Amino acid sequence: MNDIVRSLAEIVGEQYVSDQNEEAFFYSRDPGLMPDHKPDCVVLPETTKEVQAIVSLANREKIPVVPMGAGLSLTGLAIPLKGGIVVDMKRMNKIISVNEKSRYALVEGGTSQGALKSYLIRHHPRLRHSLPDAPPAATIAANVMIHGQGRLSQQYGFNSDMINGFEVVLPSGELCPIGSAAMTSEWYSRGAPFPDLSGLFLGWFGSTGIITKLAVKLYPNKKLRDVEIFVIDNEETVPDVVFEITHTELAEDILIFTQPMPAVFKDNHHVSFYITGDTEEELEFKRKMIWRALDPFIKSKDGGFMSIPPGVKGSLTEMPQTSAARIADIKKGGGFEYSGPVVPVEWYPQCARKLSELAKKYNLAYSGMIRIVAGGHCMMYAFAFAFNRADVDMVERTKKALEEVSNFVLELGGMYWKPNVDEQNMAIERMHPNTRNLMKMIKSNLDPNGIMNPGNWEVL
Amino acid sequence: MNYEEIIHRCFRCGYCKLTGDYDDFNCPAYRKFAFDTYAPGGRMWLIRAWLNGEIQTSARFQEILFSCATCSNCVEHCVFPFSDDLVNIFIAAREEMVNTGILPPKVRDYFKNISTNGNPYKEPAARRGAWSEGTVVESYDGQEYLFYIGDVGSYDDRAKKIARAVGELLVKAGFSIGILAERENSDGNEVRALGERGLFEYLADMNIELFKNLGIKKIITLDPHAFNVFRNDYPSRGAEFEVFHYTQVLAPLLEAGTLPLKKFEANVTYHDPCYLGRHNDEYDAPRTILRAVEGLRIIEMHQSKENAFCCGGGGGNFFTDILGGGKDSPNRVRVRQALDTGAEVVAVACPQCAVMLDDAVKMANLDDQVEILDVGELILRALS
Amino acid sequence: MLPLKFNVNACNSCPTGDCLVKCQYMDVDKDTAREQMIKIYNGEDSFVLHNCVTCYACEEYCRRGNHPFYLIMEQREQKNILTAPRAITNQWINIGEPTGKNRLGQIRERVLSLGFMPELLQMVGGPLFKDVMPSYLFGNDFFCNVVFAHFAKSSVIKERLPVMIDKYRNLGVKEVICLHDECYGAFASLAPAYGIEVPFTPIHYYEYLYERLQTLADEISPLNIKAAYQRPCSARLSGDKQHYVRDIAELIGVDLVHREYQDENALCCGEVMGWLYGYDLKNDLQRRNCDDMVESGARYCIFNCNACQNALSEKVMKLGIKPVHMIDLCRMAIGELPKMEV
Repeated sequence: MNDIVRSLAEIVGEQYVSDQNEEAFFYSRDPGLMPDHKPDCVVLPETTKEVQAIVSLANREKIPVVPMGAGLSLTGLAIPLKGGIVVDMKRMNKIISVNEKSRYALVEGGTSQGALKSYLIRHHPRLRHSLPDAPPAATIAANVMIHGQGRLSQQYGFNSDMINGFEVVLPSGELCPIGSAAMTSEWYSRGAPFPDLSGLFLGWFGSTGIITKLAVKLYPNKKLRDVEIFVIDNEETVPDVVFEITHTELAEDILIFTQPMPAVFKDNHHVSFYITGDTEEELEFKRKMIWRALDPFIKSKDGGFMSIPPGVKGSLTEMPQTSAARIADIKKGGGFEYSGPVVPVEWYPQCARKLSELAKKYNLAYSGMIRIVAGGHCMMYAFAFAFNRADVDMVERTKKALEEVSNFVLELGGMYWKPNVDEQNMAIERMHPNTRNLMKMIKSNLDPNGIMNPGNWEVL
Repeated sequence: MNYEEIIHRCFRCGYCKLTGDYDDFNCPAYRKFAFDTYAPGGRMWLIRAWLNGEIQTSARFQEILFSCATCSNCVEHCVFPFSDDLVNIFIAAREEMVNTGILPPKVRDYFKNISTNGNPYKEPAARRGAWSEGTVVESYDGQEYLFYIGDVGSYDDRAKKIARAVGELLVKAGFSIGILAERENSDGNEVRALGERGLFEYLADMNIELFKNLGIKKIITLDPHAFNVFRNDYPSRGAEFEVFHYTQVLAPLLEAGTLPLKKFEANVTYHDPCYLGRHNDEYDAPRTILRAVEGLRIIEMHQSKENAFCCGGGGGNFFTDILGGGKDSPNRVRVRQALDTGAEVVAVACPQCAVMLDDAVKMANLDDQVEILDVGELILRALS
Repeated sequence: MLPLKFNVNACNSCPTGDCLVKCQYMDVDKDTAREQMIKIYNGEDSFVLHNCVTCYACEEYCRRGNHPFYLIMEQREQKNILTAPRAITNQWINIGEPTGKNRLGQIRERVLSLGFMPELLQMVGGPLFKDVMPSYLFGNDFFCNVVFAHFAKSSVIKERLPVMIDKYRNLGVKEVICLHDECYGAFASLAPAYGIEVPFTPIHYYEYLYERLQTLADEISPLNIKAAYQRPCSARLSGDKQHYVRDIAELIGVDLVHREYQDENALCCGEVMGWLYGYDLKNDLQRRNCDDMVESGARYCIFNCNACQNALSEKVMKLGIKPVHMIDLCRMAIGELPKMEV
């Protein structure tokens, strides 16, 4: 490996390459449950040209290349399954520009969610982007790459829908602009009205190319924001409630949670929705309309609004919610993983029943966390389990529970979100053969040497 | 190892690397080295791996362990219930490393020099009070306050200027102070932070005994590092004295307007020292002092107060220089942040910060653009 | 099985039918009132069982010592008439479930009960409570359970209230100063109504505060503020303590503004209405309540109950009125807290 390390040092500078044991240990794993695989080295590029040079080198030498943001997928998507070079993108963290009138921001391949959030608050307070609840060190490009969801997904779709194009380094090392950027220096479209080539890269976890620049759609940021929680005791009612809320077209985010503790949340399903407004009038109007839309459920006693204590409201309206990260400490063990398939909202009842069944079977602390996507066209249902990393038995039980979730999703016909390798293979097997062949064709043409995050989407 | 039962709880989520508004990375070691292994989460996971035998002691692991500036940004911003103990864990791991006897040379040298000479400069202990020659600062002989200087203020050329300025200022302001000079010992803050528990306890006990014998009940420190260890780590060893940082005793006077000050026109930004700010919650006293000076236009850096970016001198780095130089070294980064405010003066309240930032200004050839001034030096200028 | 002590003869001969005539939510004349109460007593259906909003006021309106509201609660449960959505009812049943996780100070014969209201923990450390602290208790084992009246769950009250009172019995306390109005109501009104023996003397915290303020008279600086008083639903269970509001106000220099919605005519905070009925009733109630405060010239709103405070604080603040709990108001008066400027 030494020659490679030397060549990489020539590209990025000696202090930004490491083949040392310490980096090998840390970058071989993530905070989830997937087994570790050591990289041969880790490299920290600062520019797109450096990324291109790294990928060219890897392609020439047939060495795997694994791009990485903050490594927070929890399903091992940045773990180098076949060794090779881990490319930690976080030095490429600039906010290149913001176009207020057209509402987009141009960022680099390693720019963090937190950096963009703070930048907008300070310099463009009337604009926001769809922030996920992942810790703010998570990168925007990686989140887009895995089709993440955020605060604006209920209104506008997956975070990957909310982009205006990107620049991608192909496995050959060439740089390819995707979207309007292929025609001009303005970033106003991801692909339409031309063939949308973003699909060749998004969702592929870097196995067809590495994103080095990204145009993120921005949306109106209102001055006021509030949250309400509608509580339901019967999981069968939830899809109908979601239908009525989404019909109003007035909610920002809709997040459903279900968990056995603390006692206030026991045995119920909590449909929380957020409303925004520039004035009290706007906010109150939205609140009134959505409350009224849910009147029939209140009347029939099938659901009702709960009072939110002031302290709790602060935690619910935080962005990102720090409580999401703290799930990892429920068992005082720094461990937290979830399988969050994307499924129709109509399947909420089955998913809810499965979650409590598995929690009981494997004696685990759990949380069901659901985000409604695109006005109820689908939802992400996260079966989340907290575990104590130092408790070997608990780790095993968690793995088994998550395996059962994967099987359950397959049976149902759901689609795994940020699937780990095993889930990817299950999906590939179940997939329509023509679709699988199409993926095969794309992968084999783009990455004939199979160097890009190999082990992932192994259709070949 | 102390705290061993909690290190597995780190989720390596990265909140620790950032400021409170997530605007920027605020961990000095991570800024410098850029590998996740140098961030608190990386260090934590590696310590666990080291204790479990999954990785062995190596030069790089030691670099990772000793590059922590103990600035407490991670303590401030980690979202988990054990956040208060993050720096304690790193220090505990250093203690384990010290116990193995295998140390980076610079760390070993530091301990050796303290043991042998009583200071890390290998200067004679007898010359410890030499900085005060020609000043109005007197030897301690029962005055109300001991004015405690510390290693850096006693021996570093730049810091000695600060010791003289603050000493003179305190006397002019009417405080009854005396220094120990050659009787003064190292306070042990850095010895403790670098993991030499035994040496720290020896120094602390020696100092506590000395102060007791001399009847010292109140101490004003020049250096926030001494302030920190006297305030937080000496009481459990039997210390019974009140301790103040010099800005804390001066602030009320400046606020009351009892000192005759001239106008001092300058754009100034204040750099919070970690051991005064995050470690001891003192963000106001130095600012109160600055606000009392007519003509000063105080512009805050975005990364200020509990989000201040460390100069990189803490955790022993001032002496061991494990963080190293280069344009991404914390002191260079911090000077750039200060310049971004349009400041011509960077006010500091710690001699170690002063030296670190001065060095950065020199390395980046910014001498004609910005001046690093200790708060005491600034006030003294406005007095004469 | 703990039957409710209800005297139907008192209803038979009632000359006013005040319980329902004075009801702020139903328009009922005295004959209908009498008729419906008797029907309810007899286990028959009545529009009252479906329209009562659980404001507790009729417990106060009844001059004959009867318990119209508790009867409504009993019969609703008998007939499986739900008030709140099931999920909300169950939520409160879960919240109130005793877990054994309590905080007990040095328990003496006289104890300060914080019930299960965490906000109160910050309020009791100073001179006002020096007389009784550190004899205090807090935790869901001491949850008073009165809230289940809103949910027509007298069965939960009957199950848990005696157990809760037993806990006090086992501590051997003789006097319990109730920092939450509802706790006081549980011991002074609800328990006796069901024949549950209360082996100690409950003291309303207003009574305690008034006495303490008199002892600390030298420390009092008159606050000189105009304030409206927000009367909680639970105050209806202890109408005989209402005079303390004025007594305390006079002692500490608070001008209790005259409001349309005060004393017997007070409006509750409306939060429960939201659970039971949705947006409109709650919004109307809260709007009228707040507008009334503004019109009466109040610059402060005094709260007796932290739940009311959570419900209305933001709303009153937006109208330029400062929310303050009665305990904090007294703390301000003796200089323990800085006076909040509007």
